[in-house]
Amino acid sequence: MSEPRFAPADPKGVLTGTYFLDGDHACCEGALAAGCRFVAGYPITPSTEVVERFSARAPRVGAMFIQMEDELASSIAIQGAVWGGAKAMTVTSGPGFSLMMEHIGLAVMTETPCVFVNVQRGGPSTGLPTLTGQADVMQARWGSHGDYEIIAISPDSPQECFDLMLDAFNLSERYRVPVMFMMDECVGHMTEKVVIPPAEEIMVEERHWTDKPGLDYLPFAANANGVPDMTRAGEGHRIHVTGLTHDEKGYPVINAEAQEKLVRRLVEKIRLNAEDIIRIRERDLEGAEVVVLSYGITSRVAERAIVLAREQGVKVGSLRLVTLWPFPERRIRELAEQVGSFVVAEINYGQMFYEVERCAAGKAPVLLAPHGGGTVHSPEQILEKIMEARACRQS
Amino acid sequence: MSTVLKPRPDEAPPEHPMESILRMDRMPHIWCPSCGIGTAVNCFASAVRKAEFDLDHVSIVSGIGCTGRVAGYLRLDSFHTTHGRPIAFATGLKLARPDLKVVVFSGDGDLMAIGGNHFIHAARRNQDLTIICVNNFNYAMTGGQLAPTTPVTARASTAPYGNYDAPFNLPFLAESCGAVYVARWTVLHFRRLINSMVKALTKPGFTFIEVIAPCATLYARKNKLGDGRDLLHFYREQSEIQHGANTKDVDIEFQKKIICGEFVDKVRPTFLDRMNDMYEARLGEEYEDYGGCCGEV
Repeated sequence: MSEPRFAPADPKGVLTGTYFLDGDHACCEGALAAGCRFVAGYPITPSTEVVERFSARAPRVGAMFIQMEDELASSIAIQGAVWGGAKAMTVTSGPGFSLMMEHIGLAVMTETPCVFVNVQRGGPSTGLPTLTGQADVMQARWGSHGDYEIIAISPDSPQECFDLMLDAFNLSERYRVPVMFMMDECVGHMTEKVVIPPAEEIMVEERHWTDKPGLDYLPFAANANGVPDMTRAGEGHRIHVTGLTHDEKGYPVINAEAQEKLVRRLVEKIRLNAEDIIRIRERDLEGAEVVVLSYGITSRVAERAIVLAREQGVKVGSLRLVTLWPFPERRIRELAEQVGSFVVAEINYGQMFYEVERCAAGKAPVLLAPHGGGTVHSPEQILEKIMEARACRQS
Repeated sequence: MSTVLKPRPDEAPPEHPMESILRMDRMPHIWCPSCGIGTAVNCFASAVRKAEFDLDHVSIVSGIGCTGRVAGYLRLDSFHTTHGRPIAFATGLKLARPDLKVVVFSGDGDLMAIGGNHFIHAARRNQDLTIICVNNFNYAMTGGQLAPTTPVTARASTAPYGNYDAPFNLPFLAESCGAVYVARWTVLHFRRLINSMVKALTKPGFTFIEVIAPCATLYARKNKLGDGRDLLHFYREQSEIQHGANTKDVDIEFQKKIICGEFVDKVRPTFLDRMNDMYEARLGEEYEDYGGCCGEV
């Protein structure tokens, strides 16, 4: 029961063809292709185009869109829909993401597969509603209270907004975990070529339904990979689902032993399967003096900085995080032994930077190319850090 | 010294009359002696049977608090969600699966304070949900704090000199926001409450029942109102049935008359009725009537 079960996408949701789309619209099409048929949302710039498109597509594909009264409602309405049997997502940006934190915790605790899209903008607070940022990546990791693991994905183009939405939904089903789809305003609003393949070429991971009847089914008894099979309301399983610490039956158990068993499993089902989840893109790392680590829109800027650095004779490689969480610890540890130094470029004042520094563990210098948000780095800002990183290694 | 009656070893324990709908493996429950929530649950169990629902197709959703624990004791598909948000969860469940009967069973603090926004919007949309709100006039799970239903002058642990904060009149709120069925009963009216629940459960749209319930451990103790039995005596003496009463006039004042009855019973198109009508009008044959978005397992 724990093996992934793929089926070709339902053609109803797949708009096969070649388009000129922005990231928000491509994200919506990716969700539809992945089988998402329920979206609850609340308008917020710069994510609104995702739900605008979904609201137009929903009645033509048998899907439900509801504009809820706020993000608290949106982020739990999708979980009601999932327990009804739907694939579901909600879409937001910084302030709404903050309001959704409690329900990210609920989805973790109740192992409800669903996707939270955050088209990041500048913060804190209302910040820069129309301008870009990448400062919610730590919030995606640990913004809800309690201890847990989630999956976060960061696309860097409209095409990836489509492609990686498939991964987001598939991984959420495989691990029964909420997946954070961490776009940013630039990727959301940039328009590029997007190719949507035929439905039969898109593989969608089906929900891992239990085959146990009635009360034989224990909704929170895990398979060997740490993930329990799922059911939905109305199947005669008479399930109980609670945000309280619970046993395999789903019944509340308020003691340290039950807590240890549950939290450990919730954490380990991601940590022990990290290699299956992690997606990184590496280039020219062999013998690199400097490795530029980036994600989302910043990886597009970093490409130019790397070209400029090469022109000055620096051996630069690049490592792009496609998944932000779980973090590729093993790979960074390996690289720290092999490469000269790291430059971490991100639109914040150091978030993934601390992760890289932790894993490099003093074996290679790690420099931050920070940015407060509102626009992207200039290639020269990253170039400057590359030169500094090379110099600091040589000294 | 009290004696615990145990069945003899050769004697099977007697079956509880509501066993088919209660999670007997979770007993004993956490509610205090003389708490009214158990009676409300018993009435609900009777109503679900009386309405002859297929129990596999009834889902119950609760929030947090004493009444929030109801979902955990009913042997139905049951969801114990976050504080204040059961109506939003239920909205998602019902819209994804219109074939299910979805009931929200929670307390006054959960539904009307932290969850007030979801209550008014679900009523406005006329979502096809039944909302059962047990009102015990305080936050009991956390120790008897002020609720948005605490009557003026009543004491609460966070209103030690008496409450000066104006409470909600829940039937008036529900009607104003668009509920199609609104009733109030005390737990003493258990037969009327059962019948009212049957009506609410079988009527399409947003149906609301306020159930006044004693909290002897906290609300009554802090206000020196006696024990659970004293509160039931008070309900007997001070509740008055006025079907069709104007909901504006059914405010609850501290230890004054409690107006009960069916206040609202009207017809309005539900959220899905309106959605289907609009899409049919605008999209014509391109649109197929929505029947849920979950497909087959």
